Amino acid sequence: MQIYLPIAEMPISILLIIGMSAAVGFISGMFGIGGGFLMTPLLIFLGVPPAVAVATVSAQVAASSMTGAVSNWQRRQLDVKLGLFLTAGGLVGTMLGVLAFNSIRRAGQLEVVIALSYLVLFMIIGSMMLFESLRALMRARTGKPGRLKRAGQHPAWLKLPLRVRFGRSRLYASAIPILGFAAMVGFIGAVLGIGGGFIMVPALLYLFRVPTLMVVGTSLFQILITMTAATLFHAASNQSVDIVLAVLLIIGGVIGAQFGGRAGRHLRGESFRVLLAILLLAVGFRIGSELIFRPEEPFSISIQGARG
Amino acid sequence: MMRGAALALLWLLVLTATARPEALVVSLSAHRVLIGSNYTGAQIAVFGSVERDGRSVARADPYDVVVTAQGPRQHLLVREKDRFGPLWLNNEQRRFGEAPSFLATYTTRLFREMGSEEDARRLNLGLRNKLIPAGAGLSFDTGEARFADALIRIKGAGKLYQEVERGVTFLTPSMFQAPIILPATAPTGNYDVTVEVYSGQVLLAKQQTSFEVVQIGFEQQVARLARSWSLTYGLATALMALGFGWLATVIFRRD
Repeated sequence: MQIYLPIAEMPISILLIIGMSAAVGFISGMFGIGGGFLMTPLLIFLGVPPAVAVATVSAQVAASSMTGAVSNWQRRQLDVKLGLFLTAGGLVGTMLGVLAFNSIRRAGQLEVVIALSYLVLFMIIGSMMLFESLRALMRARTGKPGRLKRAGQHPAWLKLPLRVRFGRSRLYASAIPILGFAAMVGFIGAVLGIGGGFIMVPALLYLFRVPTLMVVGTSLFQILITMTAATLFHAASNQSVDIVLAVLLIIGGVIGAQFGGRAGRHLRGESFRVLLAILLLAVGFRIGSELIFRPEEPFSISIQGARG
Repeated sequence: MMRGAALALLWLLVLTATARPEALVVSLSAHRVLIGSNYTGAQIAVFGSVERDGRSVARADPYDVVVTAQGPRQHLLVREKDRFGPLWLNNEQRRFGEAPSFLATYTTRLFREMGSEEDARRLNLGLRNKLIPAGAGLSFDTGEARFADALIRIKGAGKLYQEVERGVTFLTPSMFQAPIILPATAPTGNYDVTVEVYSGQVLLAKQQTSFEVVQIGFEQQVARLARSWSLTYGLATALMALGFGWLATVIFRRD
């Protein structure tokens, strides 16, 4: 069954879109990432104009992170204070990122920078996580106790001045590295056109040692705020949000996110990290293969200065 | 007196009509294509008739009819990837400042049956010659042609560019018909249809008409809201997203 999308100006299969967004929503709810880096390329592959795909996916990510964040909130697995700190830092980074985005685009190498940074980020974060989590799994298998996090145990760089207590995350850390890190994620997110959840989640896990379930809720909360703002921004600045496509994506996305969140709660911390690492590596390989293998069609067309 | 004047006028009309031995009459099956929520593309039939003045001598060559449909213009950039060390990166690029978003030509015969390649170039026949008009340069710059071919290939895969040789059929010796097939991705706007009749590479007659692709009803309202009330539209979308997200937690709250 097909429906015509008024802003994208093309028809699309209803069931296909709902199915795809449910799958991406599942992953989003499970890992606390937005899933935009999965959904946007899928939509572009189906022929949706890139500007419409990016803008409309931000509405879907807002919806699925809302549903995830509310579920986590009801379970007290959301650190609002930490989330607000991350959002504040992220805003500054996003603004700097938008400036950088425009200057890279003027240099004419935007696609290359995006593809290469995706590749490097996914490969580094993915392989580091895979390595660490597999070791943790092995340790659990052989029965040796893993390193347990004790209260009051923090790496030195979290002991900089301006320390803030985040009770729920069992974190007592300086605001400087937290805000700085959030700004970096916001910067990368703005340049790559993504929410940056897949950088935020590993960072909260490893650098700030926040408990896994608290990471998911807090990351979703931060994504919810940024993506709601992004939806407004895209709609006002380039009129590229397709509300019909958004409804389809949201319906699939929120249902998927509910089931994903449920599945995630039954996962052990190590398995969670192995799965997320595999996902990041798979996407990294996919992007890398596009850069490395001879393309079937070396030419590409882009519409300049037209609407959409 | 009045009667005489009317007769004279009639004669004048007949005379101007017969100044060229062939007269061409063209009609479209529709002048508006309406896009609703179940739109999946459309087909428009072009009907035409070549009226020949009985007194002129019969043509040795058959009539060749060329029907061309062109959609709204776009500013396109075609990029080519090249190898840089281990990576494939965009290298050369060409701009097509006034490329039609939709371009289709339908002919009675194969282009090579109608004349040589130079003839086709001179008469601007075929997609490639339409994209790089003869005025742009005497010969094909090889680079230019490579990019034009890529554009035709990529747009052709989505049926936005079509070249249908034998797409025009003669129903009677003077009446012909051609279907213009619009894919659903063809954008809204005005489409020009040109019909040319050749005989032995000589243009005998040419007619132009047009049709329009428009959104109606709900689709039209949405597109209009998105453009003229963009902030309200964005707010509505964001609220809907948050509302649906919250609703899902209520529906699924059982564990």
